[in-house]
This record gives sequence, C-alpha cells and structure tokens, in this order.
Amino acid sequence: MATQFVIDGLKAEIEGKEILKGINLEIKGGEIHAIMGPNGTGKSTLASALMGHPKYEVTAGSASLNGEDLLEMEVDERARAGLFLAMQYPSEIPGVTNSDFLRSAINARREEGNEISLIKFIRQMEGKMKELEMNPEFAHRYLNEGFSGGEKKRNEILQMLLLDPKIVVLDEIDSGLDIDALRIVANGVNAMRSEERGFLIITHYQRLLNYITPDFVHVMMQGRIVKSGGPELAQRLENEGYDWVKEELGITDETVGQA
Amino acid sequence: MSTQLTTPTDRGSAETLARGKGEPEWLVALRGEAAELAGTLPWPKPEKVRIERWNLTAVGGYETPASASSLGDLPADVQELIAEGTENLLVQHNSGVVWKQLSAELAAKGVIFTDLETACKEHGDLVQQYLFQAVKKDEDKLTALHAALWNGGVFVYVPKNVEVELPLQAVLFNDKAEATFAPHVLIVADSNSRVSYVDTVVSDKGSINGEFVHPSVVEVFVKPGALVRFGSVHSLGEKGVDLTLRRAIVENDGRVEWVIGDLNDGHTLSDTKSIMQGQGSTSEVKVISVGKNAQQMSLTTQAVHFGKSSDSNMITRAVMKDSASAIINGITKIEHGATKANGVQTEKVLMLSPKARGDANPILLIDEDDVTAGHAASVGQVNPEQVYYLMSRGISRQDAERLIIYGFLAPVVSEISVEAVRTQLQRLLERKLEG
Repeated sequence: MATQFVIDGLKAEIEGKEILKGINLEIKGGEIHAIMGPNGTGKSTLASALMGHPKYEVTAGSASLNGEDLLEMEVDERARAGLFLAMQYPSEIPGVTNSDFLRSAINARREEGNEISLIKFIRQMEGKMKELEMNPEFAHRYLNEGFSGGEKKRNEILQMLLLDPKIVVLDEIDSGLDIDALRIVANGVNAMRSEERGFLIITHYQRLLNYITPDFVHVMMQGRIVKSGGPELAQRLENEGYDWVKEELGITDETVGQA
Repeated sequence: MSTQLTTPTDRGSAETLARGKGEPEWLVALRGEAAELAGTLPWPKPEKVRIERWNLTAVGGYETPASASSLGDLPADVQELIAEGTENLLVQHNSGVVWKQLSAELAAKGVIFTDLETACKEHGDLVQQYLFQAVKKDEDKLTALHAALWNGGVFVYVPKNVEVELPLQAVLFNDKAEATFAPHVLIVADSNSRVSYVDTVVSDKGSINGEFVHPSVVEVFVKPGALVRFGSVHSLGEKGVDLTLRRAIVENDGRVEWVIGDLNDGHTLSDTKSIMQGQGSTSEVKVISVGKNAQQMSLTTQAVHFGKSSDSNMITRAVMKDSASAIINGITKIEHGATKANGVQTEKVLMLSPKARGDANPILLIDEDDVTAGHAASVGQVNPEQVYYLMSRGISRQDAERLIIYGFLAPVVSEISVEAVRTQLQRLLERKLEG
C-alpha cells in the first residue's frame, strides 16, 4: 500500500495554552512537504504533537498513517508504525552508547528471537556513518553526550537511515549546521526519497530547500497553515520575508501562545 | 529470640581463639586489647542512619576452614567469579582462607599475596608496620570488634618498582550464618610500584537462614609514586549486615583508585576514605549501589587532603527502589597547608519509587585558602524527556527506562578490571534492578 499520512483538524495545547488551532495536511509516499514560518508560530509543536511528546495534549482532530490512528498509540508504537521525528533538540543519554541505542531501536522493530546479528548491525551502521561523514568513534560515544549541534543533527539523520521510516518529520534539522553539514544531511535525506516514504520538513530558512526540493510548501502562522504552494513559494519567502503574507492575510502578530 | 550479647567477645575468649590458631604473641595481645575496647566503645554514628537498630552482634563463632585441594572443590557460585586462567587468586570461605595461589613470576619478583593470618606468622615484622595503622582498632566498637575477631583476610605486598600487570583477585564467601566472617584486607604498594586488586564479597543466599554480620576492614598503603587500583563488589544476602570500612593512606605522588559496587540485599554501612598525606598524591573513588525492598544504607566517600597539590575525585551513584533508603555522604576535607589541593565530588541518586529515600549530602570542610573544590549532588527520577526520546525511536517504555538506569550506572561498571567480576556485577545489577 502506498504511504498515506493524513492530519485532520489537529488541535493541541501545552500547559493549557492552545498552540495548534486546526492543522490539515495530507502527505503521500514520494512527496516532500515543507512547513515554513517565523519562530513561535507552532511549527515545532506540530512535530512534537505528532510524535506524542508528553507535554503536549491533543484536544481535537486526528492523524493517521495508512489508515492507522497514530494519536491512539504510545510514542514507541507510533515509531514502529513508521513515524520518525528528527528532533530539534535531541536528548543526551549518559551511559548509553550510540551503537547500543541504535541496535535497541532496530531490534524493537523485530520479533523476539529474530534480533539483528551484531555483525550485520555493525556493517549497516558503519556504512551509514560513512555516508554521513561521521567519525566512527561516535558509535561508541554516549548518546548525544558532548556532541556539537551539528553532530547531533547528523546522528538524527543516521537514525533515520537505519530505521527506514514511512513518514519522516525533520524539525529544524538545518539549525546549527554549517554549509558542509547541511549538504551531507540533505544528501542523506535525498538518498531516502522513495515512493514509499513521505517527508515533512520544518524550517524557517529556505537554504535547506536549495538542497532538498520540496513538492509542496506551507506557511504556518498563529497555529494554522495559512498559505500553501509549490517550491516557488519558498523562493519568494526567502527573497521577501514573511511580511507580504501577513499583509495579504491581515495578520499583525503571527505568533501563537506567547505569554 | 536473639541470644546475642551486646558485645559478642571478651578479652579471654579472643586471646584463647588467637592462641588456638597459633597466632604470634603480638597479635594475641592486639586481639585481647581490642576485645576489651569493644566492650566500652560506642558504635559509629553515621549521619541519619540508626545502625544500632540493626542486628550488629550476630558475628557467629570461628569455624576452622577446610582447605580446598583444587579449584573444583570450591562452590560453583565461587568458581564462576574467577577470572579464567588466573594464577593469582585467593578464596576465603566463612572463617578462613581455603585457596590461594600466586604466579611463580610474581613470587620471584618479591610480591606477597597470601591470607593475612599466614602473613602475620610469616611476615610479622612487615605486617605489624601497617596492620591497624590506617584504621585504628580503638576508633569505635566496630573497629575494635573487627580487630578482635577478624579472620582469613588478604595481604598484598608489592616491592619497590614492581609492576603487577594482571589484577590479583580474591573471593570472600560465606554460606553459614553461624560462622564468623570478618576478612581484613591489607595492601602495601611500595615506592613506584603498581598493582590492581579486585575482590567479591558474596554470601550464598540460598543456604543462609540466620542473620549475620560482616564486619570488614580494608587498609591500603600507597608509598611514593605507587599506584593501587582497588575494585570490590559486595553482594551479601538479605540476612546479612555489611559493615565495611576502607581506607587508604597515599604518600607523595602516589595514587589510589577505588571502584566499589555495594549491591548487598541487606543493611549496609560502607565508608571509603582516602587520606592524601603526600605532596601530589591523588585519589579517585567511584561507588555504585542499588537499594531494594526495605534495605537501609549509609554510603560514605571521604577525601582528606594534607599534601600540597593533592587531588581527589569522588563519585557515588545509587538507584533506589521500593522502600529502600540510602544516606549518601561525600566529605572533602582540605587541611591547613594543603595548598593547591583540588577536591571534587558528585553524588547522584535515581529514585524509582515514591517510597524510596535517597539523601545526597555533599560536605566540604576547607581550612586552606589556596585550593579549589567542587561538588554536585542530585536526586531525581528517570527523566521523561529521555524516555520520550528513546521511545520516539520505537523502544518500549520499559526498555527505555532500563537503558537509562543502566546508563546511569555504566561509568562505574565499565571500570571493573576483571571481566568475570564485571560480568557478575552486571548480573547482580540485573537481579537487583529487575527482580
């Protein structure tokens, strides 16, 4: 079955403040969608709410992946159903090596008794690390501990490559990356493009989209998608900023839930 | 009903026992004095833990050990702890040592590795210079009682400039509550020598029904430029009370490294102290513990700086379950004159149950201006952000928490130098964390 990811009327709040005010979005396998928008407009909340971050409460709407209701699932079940979120701020987990973590994540998708062999795992991990130009030493480091911003982002992409998800959400994957790292990360994403897989790229810069060409671009303000278009929309936002969108829609303050 | 006396020994019986074992006169006298002191001195009073409520007097009676003629005679539980192919091993079973071996190569270099009872007879002059010099017999009822009763034990002497590459290993084992089990470990590393020593203190949890006390003392003397690595895992059963004092005296440019796993099922008093006597002397202490059921623990690490430019680092990490309680003390004391000294300590407690208790008490006592010192302490639960992150990769909540808990303890586990002991430590952790 071709991948189909449908978000319908999604509302979510944090600590009683509503941030998402009804998001509608449909992503099919093979498509790349980009969500752009200034800071504080609810972009990252959308990513966290989809994954099931404990601080966010979904109050209305649905999100389904190939007909399965994601919002009914625990966080780990969503992941095993095929959702992957590359996080803006990945957690550091002292004492757990990157390779032990990756192997646990791969084995979580396999039946008990059918775990990946150590040799096969190492071969896969080392191959993908090479593609991402990561120092092999990072396999033995504690998960994200002492990683620079860029190293953490590469490590997120490494996980994406190894876990073979159906829907990939990249939350500000480009922040804190220099131009070389950006190119490597983009190559990783492009290598994963396929008819079975859809992408949702959240960013407030257009520069990542120079390397990964989106099929659809959406602008988010005040907790809603306020404008959608093709790649040319991203280009215009890069050249002219967001003011014209606000003007067009009569928005003065684009943020949501700010104190 | 308990028939134990408040002080389970007296001068007469301590001396009679010592003579009966053929101990030298100086040791007979030491035991007699100690027994008398045990009658008058008070029990130690650790912070916030009332050890006098524990059964402290179930020391049992001396049981003549039966030497093992081969490793195969040792209990299976002991055999699986032994490093494969080791030539440097000592095993104590209840009241005495039943197995000891030292490689010909180390013996030829002048290394001594034997039970402390034998060492007192064969190397009396050497032993007397050190025995009960770091831990004095008259400090309190515990040290006095131990001095009167200690048995079996370990003596390590490494001559000047000799480096012992492989760890010396001891297994200290009891399977009979009625037998006195009170090993004393004495390690002397002469100038510029190096040695690493690992022991496991373990009771047979299946066969012991009665209550027992394990009063033990470790003394380590690090001469100038020497390095001693000391690793120890304690796994006494629920019926046991573990009272263990460890102390090192470190001379100029010497270094001691302690790695301790306090994984008993019963009440535990564990106090590990480095006294940095010499200039440039250094110490590192790493302690892990898991508390379970209604276990009570007092876990203390101490660094005392006398030497200029001396350096200490202490880490304690504990995971507390059920209604277990642990008072974790870190004491850094910098004496007047110890200029440029640096002392750092960290105590971290991970709470897995609302009924568990874990207090981290960092204490800095500084009598010198020109020093640096630091401490960090935290008591908390498993971080929900970390659990979320791991779960977002498909790992179940249970496995995510497990990874985080093991990760919390990993920095200490990985430091144990003997693979068999490290494997056993992992096994013990799994038993305590998941059982």
